[in-house]
Amino acid sequence: MKKVNYQNLSLLLLVFLLAFSTNTLAQEEGDVKAGEALYKSNCAACHKLDKKGVGPALRNVAEKYDREWLYKWITNSQGLIKSGDSKAVALFAEYNNSVMTSFPGLSNNDIDNILAYTSLPKPEPKIAVAPVSASNNDDGNLQNLILAILVLILLLLVTMFYLVAKSLTKLSQANGVEIKSATKKPLWKVIVHNQFLMLVSAIMFLLVAAYFMYAFFMQIGIDQGYAPVQPIHYSHKIHAGANEIDCNYCHSSARKSKHSGIPSLNVCMNCHKNISEYNGEEDLANGYTKEFYDKEIAKLYDAVGWDDAEQSYTGEEKPVKWVRIHNLPDFVYFNHSQHVVVAGVECQTCHGPVEEMEIMYQYSPLTMGWCIDCHRETNVDLKNNDYYEKIHEELSKKYNVEKLTAAELGGLECGKCHY
Amino acid sequence: MSSNKKYWKSVEELNENSSIVKTLQQNEFVDQIPTEEFLGDRNTLESSSTSRRDFLKYVGFTTAAASLAACEGPVIKSIPYVVAPDEIVPGVPNFYATSIADGFDFANVLIKTREGRPIKVERNHLAKHSGAVNARVHASVLSMYDKNRLEGPKVMGEDTSWIDFDKNVTNRIDELKDEKIILLTQSFASPTTSELIIKFQKKYPNIRHVIYDSVSSSEALDAFENKYGIRALPDYDFSNAEVIVSVGADFIGDWQGGGFEGSYAKRRIPKKGKMSRHYQFESNMSLSGANADVRVPILPSLQLEVLKALVSDSYIKLPKHVSVLVEKAKKQLKKAGKKGVIITGIPDFDAQKMVLDYNQDSVVMDVKSPRTTFMGRSSEVEKVMNDVISGDIKGLISVGVNPVYSLPDARFRDAYKNLPFSLAFSMKEDETAVLAQIIGATPHYLESWGDCQFKKGTFSLMQPTIRPLFNTQQFQECLVRWTQSGSSYYDFLKDFWSNNILESSNQWNQALHDGVIKSKAKVKTDADTSIGEVLISKKTINTKKTSGDLELTLYTKTGLGDGQQANNPWLQELPDPITRTTWDNYITISATDATRLGIENNNVANGALNGSYVNLFMGETIINKVPVLIQPGQAQGSIGLALGYGRTSSIQKEMQTGVNAFSLYKEFSPIQTVTIDRIEGEHEFACVQLHNTMMGRDIVRETTLEVFNTKDASKWNTVPVVSKDHEEISVNDPGADLWTSFDRTIGHHFNLSIDLNTCTGCGACVIACHAENNVPVVGKEEVRKSRDMHWLRIDRYYSSEESFKIDLDKKENISGLGKSLSEFGEMENPSENPQVAFMPVMCQHCNHAPCETVCPVAATSHGRQGQNQMTYNRCVGTRYCANNCPYKVRRFNWFLYAQNDEFDFNMNNDLGRMVLNPDVVVRSRGVMEKCSFCIQSTQAIILKAKREGRQVKKGEFNDSCACSAACDTGAMRFGDINDEESIISELIKDDRAYHLLAEVGTKPNVVYQTKIRNTNEV
Repeated sequence: MKKVNYQNLSLLLLVFLLAFSTNTLAQEEGDVKAGEALYKSNCAACHKLDKKGVGPALRNVAEKYDREWLYKWITNSQGLIKSGDSKAVALFAEYNNSVMTSFPGLSNNDIDNILAYTSLPKPEPKIAVAPVSASNNDDGNLQNLILAILVLILLLLVTMFYLVAKSLTKLSQANGVEIKSATKKPLWKVIVHNQFLMLVSAIMFLLVAAYFMYAFFMQIGIDQGYAPVQPIHYSHKIHAGANEIDCNYCHSSARKSKHSGIPSLNVCMNCHKNISEYNGEEDLANGYTKEFYDKEIAKLYDAVGWDDAEQSYTGEEKPVKWVRIHNLPDFVYFNHSQHVVVAGVECQTCHGPVEEMEIMYQYSPLTMGWCIDCHRETNVDLKNNDYYEKIHEELSKKYNVEKLTAAELGGLECGKCHY
Repeated sequence: MSSNKKYWKSVEELNENSSIVKTLQQNEFVDQIPTEEFLGDRNTLESSSTSRRDFLKYVGFTTAAASLAACEGPVIKSIPYVVAPDEIVPGVPNFYATSIADGFDFANVLIKTREGRPIKVERNHLAKHSGAVNARVHASVLSMYDKNRLEGPKVMGEDTSWIDFDKNVTNRIDELKDEKIILLTQSFASPTTSELIIKFQKKYPNIRHVIYDSVSSSEALDAFENKYGIRALPDYDFSNAEVIVSVGADFIGDWQGGGFEGSYAKRRIPKKGKMSRHYQFESNMSLSGANADVRVPILPSLQLEVLKALVSDSYIKLPKHVSVLVEKAKKQLKKAGKKGVIITGIPDFDAQKMVLDYNQDSVVMDVKSPRTTFMGRSSEVEKVMNDVISGDIKGLISVGVNPVYSLPDARFRDAYKNLPFSLAFSMKEDETAVLAQIIGATPHYLESWGDCQFKKGTFSLMQPTIRPLFNTQQFQECLVRWTQSGSSYYDFLKDFWSNNILESSNQWNQALHDGVIKSKAKVKTDADTSIGEVLISKKTINTKKTSGDLELTLYTKTGLGDGQQANNPWLQELPDPITRTTWDNYITISATDATRLGIENNNVANGALNGSYVNLFMGETIINKVPVLIQPGQAQGSIGLALGYGRTSSIQKEMQTGVNAFSLYKEFSPIQTVTIDRIEGEHEFACVQLHNTMMGRDIVRETTLEVFNTKDASKWNTVPVVSKDHEEISVNDPGADLWTSFDRTIGHHFNLSIDLNTCTGCGACVIACHAENNVPVVGKEEVRKSRDMHWLRIDRYYSSEESFKIDLDKKENISGLGKSLSEFGEMENPSENPQVAFMPVMCQHCNHAPCETVCPVAATSHGRQGQNQMTYNRCVGTRYCANNCPYKVRRFNWFLYAQNDEFDFNMNNDLGRMVLNPDVVVRSRGVMEKCSFCIQSTQAIILKAKREGRQVKKGEFNDSCACSAACDTGAMRFGDINDEESIISELIKDDRAYHLLAEVGTKPNVVYQTKIRNTNEV
């Protein structure tokens, strides 16, 4: 995965903040910030700013309706309809007679604040800025510099030695000393004729080759780092990271079954019925813009058969063919619930920092050695589970053991995972 | 010495001036090899950029590249539900209670489904009288995933829609308004179906309903109807029986629907020194005969005389030795009083009536709530058959039956083809459907709604466990539409139940969950709606014989039954419990008759069994090339032949086995008189047991009830001794051990107990094991090479003398080389009327396992819980372990049995693979496999406990192995011996408990219970 370009982000954030502050300055009545908070907690479930939701889009709603009428409508919409107000009746009919919750708790001031928020002009879509790459490699530059200096020193030394040797030869020639250069064997011949050296180096070569061969063959079938392109770009970073959704909310069967389960699309729609667009941070460097994410949400709607404009299901379903990332061979039995519920292992222990993964990848090697290592090192919590408590009681009576690893409780037996 | 012979290469050489001969003297070939053509063209050769060396480089490079590319893992797609059903959690099984009622097998079952597909049939413990959950019922789940099933309705051989199907059918029925149409159905035992059929007949009065049981119980039904006024069969509770005398009734097999072994077994374990005594008078060696205390082989024609002698005092015609035994049986019956029972399978009204009269006060027979499954009346079926042949009947609607295959008259086929109107409701294009003008494709029972009343007062439901795989509709669904009885059969069923059977409609969900409900509701069934006058089919069993005639008894085999599931490879490969032969039916004959007729059975070089062929004649009916198997215990002068084989239509080629014996089923009587003629040729049997006797060894330990009651266990169940320092010590002594033992008292320690007294050899466990553990089917050829893959086999042993006891004594008294050579030789041959013993053998999970020590790669190792674990992915296939296993329970994958066209069974098609258990790996070629004690089930139970943060409940492990869960008699008991309250911890300490080949010192975790024979006379 690519490192996030923080510099770019902070720059963008600055631009964003500036734009924001100018906007706040432009507003006269109502506190936008308070309005935003109220809007998100009360209105956002059914209304969107620029799009039809269960109810109408709310941007600039203050201009469409009389403010007094709005106060009445928001505090008690049904009352207004019953009173026979023509606007209210028409609106009610337009949105399929879906009753809007009354908010008698909102004061006129609160409503003003909300309206101030909804009256903000639509922010301009950001254009992806080409990443500036030269500036962020300080570490690398330093290393390169040191390397360059070292090479330079080496070159200097070589020239120096050469010059010294040359002058020494000249000196000795001048002194009449003869140098037997013609009979001298070249270095490679000396090496070739030294059988011991040859033998040792051959053995060394073979050992090194074997080491690399072994390493090469051992990584066959290990897909650590496997990050396939998925049919829908699903960002764990946004869901588990930014929004802090619990893993078990979507992967609910991890607690009950051997499979963690890929959530069915109806689980997505629990939230995405209302979240049709992305409003979080953008990563322009990688092209993860609002537009990009909105397109992905549209793909979800397409697959599940949700007509966002009509706010209804069309019944036309297209199951998503996800690419499976973690593939254990058929001859291994692995049970999620054993690890998640019984052992209480954090998802991240095996799956890595999922909340930081824009693209999901295989974090662990998922090799048998990796499993065994963990089973050898992990102490089983013997206290809070009646099942283990009984065994522990008996064991401590008999062998006087206090701590037990998974391996000591039979977690290394072949048949526990291979059947 | 030189030869003067001249060798001719060809006719051409006779021609002196042949140019060909001349050319051939000079050259190797007549025509020049056109090397010039491709080498001569210098230009192309030189201008070509690819030289021979380049070509080799390319080849080398592509090979290397291909092998490197192969290192890449494949992209695996994962497709979740769009809208997930609430009750489905991937990886967690769901269970549904339902019922099978296919016209031959009737049972309440529990279906295990994974991710919405049924993978296994289990017994429904909520159903007290669950019917016969036998091997066929266990295998029925695979029959649903049969690729030869019909995928939709057909009219005149063309695929059509159900709307067109309806139009065609109603049009045709309307056209034939004034003609006779017959609705020929299986026994449904279904109240709603009866109701719908009545409605249907009201709408079309010209249609007459006839019930046809392919294997008839008509005479027993007639007798019962005559005596009690309702068409049904008495139920028997053999747990109340002190003495059982069966005359030609294989009640542990399929007699009257079977399912009696559960209650039978209860009385076969000695309690307070008592167990039931079982006499069997029969001609074929049946499962009941094999389990009997006294088995008397007797000709079918004499069975009626035996019965008469039992109930009255006439001993005409009976040979002396039989009369003696009949007399003994009679005395015991008399002593047992109400607790004695006689049952019979003689297809004769009088015989059946006699038995009913005899039993009327018996506590064993239950006539108040009789079995309401089979309803067929053979006289009516016979009439239908003849009327179709004579052309009197113009239309035939068949449902769930296959008359073209199973009716005995060969003329029926042509007559059926020429019927003006023929409609067949069938799951497959079977022999009848293929000739029918209109075919209604029906779903499997696991895809259907329905209800049943197997026993009066007990109602059960049938519910779909999967959506129909194909465009199929139930017969009942069509009836609902044709009679405008509601919007769907489901609604009709629910309404019917609410109105007639349930006390309140709230009960529906409970009834559906349980699968069964007891109700006193009076519901009209076929039993009551039968025609007014009782037509008693009187048939005379033909006993007139000329010399050379043989009396034939037709029977059904445990595997195929009436042949409905002939396309099921599990059942085809299930060894017959008695003959241990797979993939065939054959004539069984006594050794004496075989010698007389020159019929031979012999083992060829690789051990496989070969046998002679005969032609079989019965009047004008001839069956050619029937293989013959010599069957110890077959009554002299009689032969047996199994029904249900010889099917060809919609049956995969590999499974078109055996001959169709239904053509001999004249007048629906299993007893016929035939002659056979030996012909040339040898049949290749696929028999899995090559050695039939124990030769006096105590592999199956047994003793008599008398000894068991009076003597100490050490006398009849001795622990073997070994010599250490010239002193005899028990094999269980730690000093006798090469190995140190691990302490297994903490945690779980699994053991399996097998009671040889109650194991009837029925084979349900074998199929259950197949389904649970993805055991492959290997086919007839491989079975012949002893490469069958069954993890669990049921060995069947015959005594070589009259009883195993005499065998043992004979062996003990052998001394000297001469005597041992001759007498051991004799002991290899089973007796003419042997005692039989069954012994299920699977991996014994030895604590000191010989297989583990010889594995060079440690692929098989021992678990702390007592399981001998086999790690397939570690195995390199040296087969040392199999060689070192004293029990011969390890199975080697000689080939790849999944996705391999050479083994075109269920694992070779997408549909058939749906039955695989996702928790157990499908083994690949070159690895060893064996019973795992269903470790996937024990692990699942442990995990469940851990997840719920509790200890494993007392007895929670009981019968978690597929085999023990399938065992109707409770002969197999699995559990944790460290759980003091489990049944198994009692059983391993039982006086009868012993280890197989204990003298080897393997310390198995499978324990057997000594067989006790009741030899007590009055």
